[in-house]
Amino acid sequence: MQRVGYAAILLFAVLVLNFALMHLAPGDIADTIAGDMGGADAEVMAEIRRSYGLDLPVWEQLIKYLGGVLHFDLGYSFYFNMPVVTLLLERVPATLLLVVAAQILAISVGVLLGVIAARQPNGMASHVVTLIALFGFSAPVFWTGIMLLITFSLWVPIFPVAGMQDVTIDGNWFERMLDVGRHLVLPVITLASVFLALYSRLCRASMLEVLGSDYIRTARAKGLSTREVVVKHALKNALNPVVTLAGLQFSAVVSGAVLVETVFSWPGLGTLALQSIIARDTPTILGILFFSALVVVVANLLTDLVLRMIDPRIRSSDS
Amino acid sequence: MATQTILEVRDLTVELATRDGISPVIDGLSFEVGAGETLALVGESGCGKSMTALAVMGLVPHPIGRIAGGEIRFGSEDLVAVGEDRLRDIRGNDISMIFQEPMTSLNPVYSVGEQIAEVLRRHQGLNHKQARQHAVELLHAVGIPDAAARVSTYPHQMSGGQRQRVMIAMALACKPKILIADEPTTALDVTVQAQIFDLLRVLQRETGTAIVLITHDMGAVCELAERMMVMYAGRKVEEGTVDDVIANPRHPYTQGLISCVPHVTDDPSAERAPLVEISGIVPALRDFGADQCLFAARCRQVVARCAAERPVSNDFGSGHRVACWQAEVAS
Ligand SMILES: Nc1ncnc2c1ncn2[C@@H]1O[C@H](COP(=O)(O)OP(=O)(O)OP(=O)(O)O)[C@@H](O)[C@H]1O
Ligand SMILES: [Mg+2]
Repeated sequence: MQRVGYAAILLFAVLVLNFALMHLAPGDIADTIAGDMGGADAEVMAEIRRSYGLDLPVWEQLIKYLGGVLHFDLGYSFYFNMPVVTLLLERVPATLLLVVAAQILAISVGVLLGVIAARQPNGMASHVVTLIALFGFSAPVFWTGIMLLITFSLWVPIFPVAGMQDVTIDGNWFERMLDVGRHLVLPVITLASVFLALYSRLCRASMLEVLGSDYIRTARAKGLSTREVVVKHALKNALNPVVTLAGLQFSAVVSGAVLVETVFSWPGLGTLALQSIIARDTPTILGILFFSALVVVVANLLTDLVLRMIDPRIRSSDS
Repeated sequence: MATQTILEVRDLTVELATRDGISPVIDGLSFEVGAGETLALVGESGCGKSMTALAVMGLVPHPIGRIAGGEIRFGSEDLVAVGEDRLRDIRGNDISMIFQEPMTSLNPVYSVGEQIAEVLRRHQGLNHKQARQHAVELLHAVGIPDAAARVSTYPHQMSGGQRQRVMIAMALACKPKILIADEPTTALDVTVQAQIFDLLRVLQRETGTAIVLITHDMGAVCELAERMMVMYAGRKVEEGTVDDVIANPRHPYTQGLISCVPHVTDDPSAERAPLVEISGIVPALRDFGADQCLFAARCRQVVARCAAERPVSNDFGSGHRVACWQAEVAS
């Protein structure tokens, strides 16, 4: 409960900070509109600013903005001509789908590789994991994306390389789901590759440490099968640092998604962010930043919850 | 011997691959354990007591260690030769083990009840509910108060002594024929040590389990064990009934070891003989295999032969065996 309180305070701080940042940056919507019109004189500029409420003192704009957030009103996008909330809600599902799918893929494959590598620290699997990790660390996400894009558009066109849905498909919900899934494959692999490398390395190290501990010797001495020793007794202990890291990486995954969305024309927040930054569409940018903060905060709460489920010592430490 | 032999170790050799090469941590070790008896295993740190226990369990650390030779006969089987599957059926069921470190030997993320119940499900084929029920009874038997409630607590909510009790409950859950207790009380404070030893004695009487007690505590040896075996640098140097060995140690190393501790039977008010220590240090692992007496460098009774030939074990009657060229002279 206390944690939820912290989260709320954090979100508030993020809102204020975002707002301040955007107002410190030179240029506003009036400049953009004026630019589109091919130049405007000072009087017209002032008129534009007044109609958008930009002539009010900064703190009044802030209070208006904060008050709006409480009513799920993140302002109005002048550029897209619709409320920011409506705009975000249109894009959020696509991004969430990408981010969550990438995290799940990265964690599950990363943990699997880590466990296999830890079982035989000098074996083949271990070297493969090191290689994948090295690749994942050093290849920038947009490079991986572009490579996959080229490969799958030119040489093995089995997966679509752009967008999220094929508009020509007009089947039932199942067929449409399948279609989205096919579109999801490449962006998710691209985004997951970086984090997969991170998680597999950490999981390998953590498993190696746990496998050498006294309670694993106890588990062996009980006559348990290798699978029970490794999965039930070792892995559950080794997961703690991996879950913690995955929680901390959530913000990195979200920002990685921005790049991946751009490469694969995925209709999510990333592409929206790019458009609104170019257009200096302050309310939309603030909305996106707020949403990112929200994702990170929720992710942290979830991480906490999962850690509590895994480790009884955390559960009893604050009761 | 009156009792029937249940474990017979013959010429066991365990090799460890270290940076200095391969050395025999256990070098041609032979001993027996009789049904229901308590055999104490003593010797300085690093002499291979734990490794002996792990070899019997089939848990020699892989891949640096391996059993290079010998037999471990348990019933009609040779544990060195049977496969890993068979060993898994024996471990925790017919032969079980408790360790020196109660604080870290239990898995922190499972309740103590689950950790006990798991053995029962694995070896006795009990279902979840039965195993849980039996775990409560076992916790009660090892003296955990309010066992029905404590069954679902986690190791970190228990004291060291309680955790060792849980380990004992776990090890004895399937009424094993042999329990190997590797320094079960070293990490505990003195009053708790006595309680744990009492508990082991009571449970042994109830279950008829033979105990191999690895310890540095001569007091515990005298109180609990019928026979004892002294190891030095991976070899057995002396073996016999506790009464024989304590009253009449024949190996200079055993003599040193026993005179190191104030005698348990001494009158505490009487003037004590000054404590003698064994000077020098244990040989390094890489020197373990040498064909000589490895204690020679520290021995006050050393003769030329000690550095040239490996001593053979001689029987001095009623199973009192000593591996020393000077044993007859020394007595
Ligand atoms: N996993 C291991 N890796 C390397 N060397 C080891 C390992 N386990 C044991 N040894 C070495 O084997 C030798 C015997 O060790 P062991 O643990 O059997 O001694 P011990 O008699 O039980 O000593 P203590 O009284 O300290 O428990 C020691 O020299 C030790 O350093
Ligand atoms: Mg030891």
